[in-house]
Amino acid sequence: MTSLPKKTDRNLGLVIDLDICVGCHACAVNCKEWNTGGHMAPLTDLMAYGQEPDGVWFNRIHSYEVDTAPGDDGAADVPGRTVHFPRSCLHCEEAACVTVCPTGASYKRVEDGIVLVNEEKCIGCKLCSWACPYGAREFDADQGVMKKCTLCIDRIYNENLPQAERTPACVSTCPASARHFGDLGDPNSEVSRMVADRDGVDLMADLGYRPTNKYLPPRKRATYRDGTADPARSLEPVVPKDNPVLYWLDRVLSGQVSE
Amino acid sequence: MHPAGSVIGFTVSSGAGYGMLVGVGVLAALGLLPTDGRIGFVAMALSLTLITGGLMSSTFHLGHPERAWRAVTQWRSSWLSREGVAAILCYLPAVALGWLWVIEGEVVSTAFRLAGGLSAFLSLATLICTAMIYRNLKPIPAWDNHYTLPGYLILGLASGLVILVAVFSILGDVPAFVAEAAFVLIVAGLVLKVLYWKRLSDGFWMPSRESATGLTFGGTVRPFEDPHSSDNYLMKEMGFQVGRKHAEKLRRIAGGAGFLVPAGAMLLAILVPAGGLQVMMSCLAIPFMTVGLVAERWLFFAEAQHVVTLYYRDRSPHPQD
Repeated sequence: MTSLPKKTDRNLGLVIDLDICVGCHACAVNCKEWNTGGHMAPLTDLMAYGQEPDGVWFNRIHSYEVDTAPGDDGAADVPGRTVHFPRSCLHCEEAACVTVCPTGASYKRVEDGIVLVNEEKCIGCKLCSWACPYGAREFDADQGVMKKCTLCIDRIYNENLPQAERTPACVSTCPASARHFGDLGDPNSEVSRMVADRDGVDLMADLGYRPTNKYLPPRKRATYRDGTADPARSLEPVVPKDNPVLYWLDRVLSGQVSE
Repeated sequence: MHPAGSVIGFTVSSGAGYGMLVGVGVLAALGLLPTDGRIGFVAMALSLTLITGGLMSSTFHLGHPERAWRAVTQWRSSWLSREGVAAILCYLPAVALGWLWVIEGEVVSTAFRLAGGLSAFLSLATLICTAMIYRNLKPIPAWDNHYTLPGYLILGLASGLVILVAVFSILGDVPAFVAEAAFVLIVAGLVLKVLYWKRLSDGFWMPSRESATGLTFGGTVRPFEDPHSSDNYLMKEMGFQVGRKHAEKLRRIAGGAGFLVPAGAMLLAILVPAGGLQVMMSCLAIPFMTVGLVAERWLFFAEAQHVVTLYYRDRSPHPQD
């Protein structure tokens, strides 16, 4: 059935911290590595060594420049920065990719909210990929079916793996710990608390898809009145003022003795 | 959106076929069809060929056409599935209508009127389902608006009636109100498309790139490094962009060939007495309308921007135009 469940028992998903993602693509690579032998296997590559390589990936890592912007009420400018942005299926609560499916191949699971494709039923009409604003679904031209992130259902419930490894491949491999996995339907889960603490956001919330995955925006940086961020200047003086000799020496060496 | 030939062919061809069937069905229900079995044969054969050809063409778009039968199962949630159900159901009264008209010569019986009414109803239902597939795609603001449904309905009906007028003019008499209805629909279609193109040029509401990335804390967000070195499925399917100059040229072709010429031809067909000139005018409208509607449908896809493109660089071929 491609009607969506009214409520799911759990909302398993990811929390992605844009403050610490370093854009290394390790999550995308490990995802590809695991999933090309996993539930949606294979993740076909076409002309992998040719001029125009093409293939199915569940994770795409973009990098963006965010311009400097004026702060509120004439306060210091918000400094610009580079942000790395991993993009994958958000396992939406209002998953239009599921409801548009004419065959019942796409479905959202009641037990954990994961959105999956049954490849045996997929006719490859591609309508689900049109219905997804986030570009989560990629068509496998070789197999003639649609493919997408499974949240590694073959890892997270896999009793052959040690408990610590029962997380999605992207989460387990992230060297910066920018990706976190858990139940976003439980307000007391670790991931839900992170979202609450850091004001996690829904992507394109206006479209009403109610994504399960949340993104944590970059933390605010120290700013100075002239609008430049200079982390070195934010350090406190190393020398305590109650040691007159060292204090005088420090002022001489930093050229401030005339003040 | 990538303008796939199979989908353009399907919507133009089936649209005209269902439009014809609505015309024939309504006339049958009202008891206004001529008894002439030749007209019945040509009209029914043409409309069913256009419908079937279109449906076959749409299956070329599928990765697994042999599984297409599965598409009728999810009518509770999916407009594509509803379209499939309506299209299949429509064959039953349409075949009955053709049989009664051509073989039995029964154009006044209750059964004939019922078959006509049902054919018209299910043809309209199929056209509505097709339109609603596009109307319901929130990530494509150029489709998710009030222009889409009347667009598919009016253009389907107008092109179908134009063909019906030609069939009548060749094999018998054209009922004046059929040609008048075709004329009105063509003019309505032109007004609708011009308003739509104007609205499209002004721009439909799109989410911002800041909202797409959740990076709303600072200034403008600009793509800095692509996630992949060559186009992936998303870019090929959803990243299609047409240059503005190219689009303007195609809009003129669509407006002129798809609407102005057929409208003029219909007007003449109404004004001149039955005969050679009327046949010529009503037949002339068909090739023009086909070219125009193919251009219109190509633009419907090519000019529609999918929000997933926000994640990527602007790929407009001539952004400075």
